[in-house]
Amino acid sequence: MQQTSFEMGGMGHSVKRKEDPRFLQGKGNYVDDVHLPGMVYGHMVRSPYAHARLKSINTAEALKLPGVLAVITGEDLAKAGLAWMPTLFHDKQMVLATGKVLFQSQEVAFVVAEDRYVAADAAELVEVEYEELPVLVDPHKARDASAPILREDREEKSNHIFHWEVGDRAASDKLFTESPVTARVDAIFPRCHPAPLETCGCVADFNRATSRLTIYLTSQAPHAHRTLFAIVGGIPEQNIRVVSPDIGGGFGNKVPIYPGYVCAVVASLTLGVPVKWIETRSENLQSTGFARDYHMTAELAADETGKLKAMRVNTLADHGAFNAAAQPSKWPAGLFSICTGSYDFAQAFCEVDGVYTNKAPGGIAYRCSFRVTEAAYLIERAMDVLAAQLKMDPAELRRKNFIPPTHFPYVSPLGWTYDSGDYDKAMTKALQMIGYDELREEQAEKRKKGELMGIGISSFTEVVGAGPGHTFDIAGIKMFDSCEIRVHPTGKAIARMGTKSQGQGHETTYAQIVAQELGIPAADVLIEEGDTDTAPYGLGTYASRSTPTSGAATAIAARKIRDKAKKIAAHLLEVSEEDLEWEPGKFFVKGAPSKSKTIQDIAFAAYTNLPEGMEAGLEAVNYYDPPNLTFPFGTYIAVVDIDKGTGAVKVRRFVSVDDCGNIINPMIVEGQIHGGLTEGMAIAFMQLIGYDENGNIEGGTFMDYLVPTAVETPNWETATTCTPSPHHPFGAKGVGESPNVGSPAAFVNAVVDALSHLGVRHIDMPITPWKVWEILQEKGVTA
Amino acid sequence: MAKTELVRIKVNGRDREAPAEPRLLLVHFIRDLLQLTGTHIGCDTSNCGACTVILDGKTVKSCTMFAVQADGAEILTIEGVASKEGKFHPLQEGFKEEHGLQCGFCTPGMILSSYALLKENPRPSEDEIRWGISGNLCRCTGYKNIVKAVQYAANKMAQGA
Repeated sequence: MQQTSFEMGGMGHSVKRKEDPRFLQGKGNYVDDVHLPGMVYGHMVRSPYAHARLKSINTAEALKLPGVLAVITGEDLAKAGLAWMPTLFHDKQMVLATGKVLFQSQEVAFVVAEDRYVAADAAELVEVEYEELPVLVDPHKARDASAPILREDREEKSNHIFHWEVGDRAASDKLFTESPVTARVDAIFPRCHPAPLETCGCVADFNRATSRLTIYLTSQAPHAHRTLFAIVGGIPEQNIRVVSPDIGGGFGNKVPIYPGYVCAVVASLTLGVPVKWIETRSENLQSTGFARDYHMTAELAADETGKLKAMRVNTLADHGAFNAAAQPSKWPAGLFSICTGSYDFAQAFCEVDGVYTNKAPGGIAYRCSFRVTEAAYLIERAMDVLAAQLKMDPAELRRKNFIPPTHFPYVSPLGWTYDSGDYDKAMTKALQMIGYDELREEQAEKRKKGELMGIGISSFTEVVGAGPGHTFDIAGIKMFDSCEIRVHPTGKAIARMGTKSQGQGHETTYAQIVAQELGIPAADVLIEEGDTDTAPYGLGTYASRSTPTSGAATAIAARKIRDKAKKIAAHLLEVSEEDLEWEPGKFFVKGAPSKSKTIQDIAFAAYTNLPEGMEAGLEAVNYYDPPNLTFPFGTYIAVVDIDKGTGAVKVRRFVSVDDCGNIINPMIVEGQIHGGLTEGMAIAFMQLIGYDENGNIEGGTFMDYLVPTAVETPNWETATTCTPSPHHPFGAKGVGESPNVGSPAAFVNAVVDALSHLGVRHIDMPITPWKVWEILQEKGVTA
Repeated sequence: MAKTELVRIKVNGRDREAPAEPRLLLVHFIRDLLQLTGTHIGCDTSNCGACTVILDGKTVKSCTMFAVQADGAEILTIEGVASKEGKFHPLQEGFKEEHGLQCGFCTPGMILSSYALLKENPRPSEDEIRWGISGNLCRCTGYKNIVKAVQYAANKMAQGA
């Protein structure tokens, strides 16, 4: 790759972000900032019960309140055929409840009023009569004969949603029988929530004069959402415009379509005025897409030296009341079968069963490529359990079993073709950075004094960038993505993509790709996403797919433009195309570099002085369907100290070495790592969407669902190695999710390591001080 | 609509007034009535700090106060942090230079908390910065670059003094 100047701002430069000036001045435009003339407000009435028969809904008092325009119930929606909507995964969910409610905070009625306070008042006046039903909270009891059947709408009278398996069971079992060493871990990846700082919401604006419906939406996938609104709502797709303006973080939370959006659309269609619905934080945590809730067992078979032979995984997936997983349609457990991780197994077998419970629906991919976080956590936890059993250093066990760099492309026993990797290199760098040997010596010294210190390693491999359209689709739509570039006569450009930034800095990084490929300075390239009227179709931003898909599309569209530019340059310089050479920004005549035409000269000529017979303009579009996924990887190491008196865990240091292939903007990559590590730390130590036995949510507000502040967050130490993807147009892999995928295991491994001499082999997240304190009490350790 | 009171507030150096119900939260007054939408709402339990503004020199979470309580006060919101000519405050510059923001949603509150911190303590230690912004949650940055942004501003302001 040719290096561009910093002023040009191509690949590899830490270009300052183009989106920052507006955010720094309070001039961002988030959905709740959209204010339209005549706009009214929606407010949701929610169920206080986790499972109850809906006896009656009386809206009379609410409707009497001055300023109230409408109260919509499930029965009203049923008349329009909209009481239920499809989820993104072969299921349906209630928009507003009819018959019964299935989880606490479920949507029961939608109040519309002229003022947001009046709407909230009126919601209080909606009288709903419930008859409580037995509640199913524990997914392990979902298939018991005594369990209440939750979904009366389904033909199948059971709480079982799916069974999915992959790999060779018999061959794996055989290796387990033959192997002298086996290790097992039962690990729950608890229910957590992405909780982007901006909650979900929309402004639905149906214009009766034009029959057009504009939806300003907190959407990570505006194009797919337009299509779904068209299909479900029966609205001609050209009459729907979805606008995803600035998005205040997504992390997977903003991939599904939520009942509030549908209600706002219905209200706007009915009333003919714009309707705004913005959920509160508590509503966000209690009702929108939760993540994880995977109850997993992993077993490893190895020989006495620690050489791995086989892996078996059995998992129970709690999907709540509806299977609202947002993931590719052929993959019930997402890409969970990446659970063999960075290691070379001869055989593996993985099975997953999904069940319903009386909890909020979901199973969304929180900052991960569909269950990859669960998989990475499981294998990295299991490796430490095996290491402890073999009395081997966990780094040594990993090194012994890494897929060697010479084995790529590597076909895993569960069917993935890893594109490239050099796992030892990343781990070696991380071990050096943290001073691993010295830390082990320090730990030994501390143990003698009775002090608790632990070191945790996670050498994860991810699978991202879905994906090849032949294997991956969302609701039937193949998971390509797109870019359209238009170069203006003055040599400046606009480029639009089917993805949608939620803070990732696309306006900067995509411009850098154009700069790299076309030599138009990044500063001269405007990037626009999120408006379905103008941007080319795409599946959106999640699963670390923007760089692998739209990033690739951007490079290819730019190369198409460069091909045309070459023809124009040949015409202008009166030479043949073969006589021209390219350097970022200009074509010049071989051997006569002073004879050149800049891309700006060429752009002007594209509109003013074309070769005979050539179409005017300098534009291109590309819909990129990647040939394979990409497989970013890295090693993370956490060092923790435990206070014996309180059980509090302090993260003393954390080193990350990431390999995401070629990097577009190192500053942005580093920022993403910092953020994802902080989220991973929160998951490991403080976050849980828990439920009591009656189905009451215990983590439903920011009072109970904790987000780390600057005080608890350590000073992250980051580094990279670079193993380009061989199949991506510029060798990139995607990075945004790695820290969330890879870090939980590092934190947990560190805590378990600190306690391993006491016989502790596993602790489920979140590892709260209370949980640690209880273990210390049980082990007779006191301050 | 319930009875309203006329609320007069000097916002970013400009006298503003609007009728407000006694129960109207200051953040809704700022966002909906004054249409200064840089002040954000990220929670409903006063945890997140996205709605932080400076009221008579002290930071407040504007979701935790009624507009009528702010009658007669002077308020600084994110829209008033740059100079009248649009020149960035050193904090705004620092956040850009040190990549102290990603989605931008926490940024206004984060800048105002940092602004108040630097007024009170122009040369804070890293620890003091971390405590100074501990009432503001960020889901994107992991805080490291926010700390660097505040340090950048402190250095720049010290040079300017």
